[in-house]
Amino acid sequence: MLTRPLSGDKPRSTVLTVLLLVILVALALAPFLFPGVRSLETAARICIFIVLVASYDLLLGYTGIVSFAHTMFFGLGAYGVALASVHMGRGWGALLTGTVAGALAAAALALVIGLFSLRVRAIFFAMITLAVASAVAVLVSQMSGLTGGEDGLNYQIPRELTPAFRLGELFGVRINGKLLNYYLVFFACLILFLLLLRIVNSPFGRVLQAIRENDFRAEAIGYRVVWYRVTATCLSAAVAAIAGSLFAIWLRYVGPDTTLSFEIMLDILLMVVIGGMGTMYGAVLGATIFVLAQNYLQSLMGVASEATEALPLIPNLLDPDRWLLWLGVLFILSVYFFPTGIVGRLRSGR
Amino acid sequence: MTAAPDHKPTFADLSLSDRIGKAAPYLLIPVLVVLGFLAIGSTSSWLTLTVSGLAMGMMIFIMASGLTLVFGLMDVINFGHGAFISVGAFVGITVLIWLGSWTGAPSLMLNVAAVLLAVIAAMCVTGALGWGFERVIVRPVYGAHLKQILVTVGGLIVIEQLIHVVWGPEEIFLNRPETLKGAFTFAGAAIERYRVLAVVVGLVLFVAMRLVLRRTKIGLIVRAGVQNGEMVEALGYRLRLVFIGVFVAGSALAGLGGVMWGLYQEVITAGMGEEMMILVFIVVIIGGLGSVEGAFIGALLVGLLQNYIAFLEPKLALISNIGLMTAVLMWRPQGMMPVVKAK
Repeated sequence: MLTRPLSGDKPRSTVLTVLLLVILVALALAPFLFPGVRSLETAARICIFIVLVASYDLLLGYTGIVSFAHTMFFGLGAYGVALASVHMGRGWGALLTGTVAGALAAAALALVIGLFSLRVRAIFFAMITLAVASAVAVLVSQMSGLTGGEDGLNYQIPRELTPAFRLGELFGVRINGKLLNYYLVFFACLILFLLLLRIVNSPFGRVLQAIRENDFRAEAIGYRVVWYRVTATCLSAAVAAIAGSLFAIWLRYVGPDTTLSFEIMLDILLMVVIGGMGTMYGAVLGATIFVLAQNYLQSLMGVASEATEALPLIPNLLDPDRWLLWLGVLFILSVYFFPTGIVGRLRSGR
Repeated sequence: MTAAPDHKPTFADLSLSDRIGKAAPYLLIPVLVVLGFLAIGSTSSWLTLTVSGLAMGMMIFIMASGLTLVFGLMDVINFGHGAFISVGAFVGITVLIWLGSWTGAPSLMLNVAAVLLAVIAAMCVTGALGWGFERVIVRPVYGAHLKQILVTVGGLIVIEQLIHVVWGPEEIFLNRPETLKGAFTFAGAAIERYRVLAVVVGLVLFVAMRLVLRRTKIGLIVRAGVQNGEMVEALGYRLRLVFIGVFVAGSALAGLGGVMWGLYQEVITAGMGEEMMILVFIVVIIGGLGSVEGAFIGALLVGLLQNYIAFLEPKLALISNIGLMTAVLMWRPQGMMPVVKAK
């Protein structure tokens, strides 16, 4: 019964199945299971990052291309919604226009970058996306007339999605617009995730995996490798942009730090690697664990830093601002010792 | 047995279009300089901009040369190269601050000695760091591009964060040594002394590198290794050792570039290497992976173009490099002078 929506790609491990079900149920019932503003924020963030990371995995894990421009596409979607809402006024039309425009713009940009770099060698792609993404990030923060610069943009979304819209109470939880907004994000993310699962398990997805394993051979069999790579890039960019739009709808704010910064790019990389490259379920686990850790471990680091204040250098190492240092170490270690990620481990230990 | 047929091999001269094709990248720089002159119109501002463009280009070249050689020789793309730039800058500037009495004195000798010491310290540290980086980070992932990119990015983050731990999170402002401050007037144009120094250092380095690569045995092995590594190993040379040497030298050059860039900007941050890496990548791509000459030309083009555009149309300066890269890749998809065949 469940095989069809999952496109026949079952978790293939009991522990993994249980974990995935727990995450699904927890996210689906988050407002009722974990009431509170902070936990709802976390749950929405997890939903959005699952899609973002899964779309990146389509590129990194399935096609074997490293891109550093994924936050750029994410940002394009977010700014699409923001700009449409600012200029067209509050309304559903603005959200839809912004989302579609952002996704189209992301796909078009991905097409151009892909055609330029992927036809020569895949390694160009990593360098060129890094250069383009940083140029875009600078442009966005410089063109303050259009994008609000470093301050970003605040805008209004339809009243039905804001806390001001009240419907009543259910199981002691207030049903308001924020809750509807959460379910909009949740279901949109679920559909996008299942769509990505469909893509990677289609014949098209199989060709991508063949290219990842041996592009020369794939070309020799008769597949246009460049065409497949560019298509995968465009698809992944469009999905990332839609995730960005959802993020913008949820936050009601966009700014360079929340959508475009290189740090988010690193977060995405880390989530993919920890969860497991080349499997969509890895994105679910990676994003969930990482977002939870980010929210709750950082405060733990602060405590540890204060506790070791008397020692030299160690409080500096444990400062919450040095969070990235430990991420970097973890990242290197997981690429070496854990290349298949959590999902790979779970599947092989079946 | 019949005699071998008469055969007189002749080398046909290159046709005119081939020659122009080969020389075209070299011609781009004078063309750009002349175009800049026509667009700017005033001799004095053109001269100032050209010198600062050349200075910037030379510094980028110093940072890029190591990266492109490492790639050419071992097919390793090192995203962590930027970390060496930052570390070099921090070490060098720290030494300069220690030697405050030397740099503050208006004596050329003392100033130069201080800068030299700073550069040597920076190059030693980044060279050693490069050696460690190669052993710990890069060695386990030879031959796997995907992992190389991921792991070296991880290395970049860790080193950058360690800089924060050691030197604190704030940026460090500094003063150039006394005799390197200020500008002199030449043909009505104000030219900063330090920029001239940067151009001279860059040129000397380029010539020295060319000499080493073209005239010495080790250079021969390096160039042959770039062309066909397996063949060189089959001839009995241990390419791995050569490669480690190149990696260390490239890291040390990144450190030198970091010190020079720090003195140029008069402020250093832990993120400066990451920012420079973007320019370095653009230079390496338009120059053609593996080519030192290509990187040299690419760096000068980037430096000059950025300065001209910043003067003519400040808003465009941000994307001028991307535009240049796009144009070059449309003209030659492999970069201007690719050495490594597409793999």
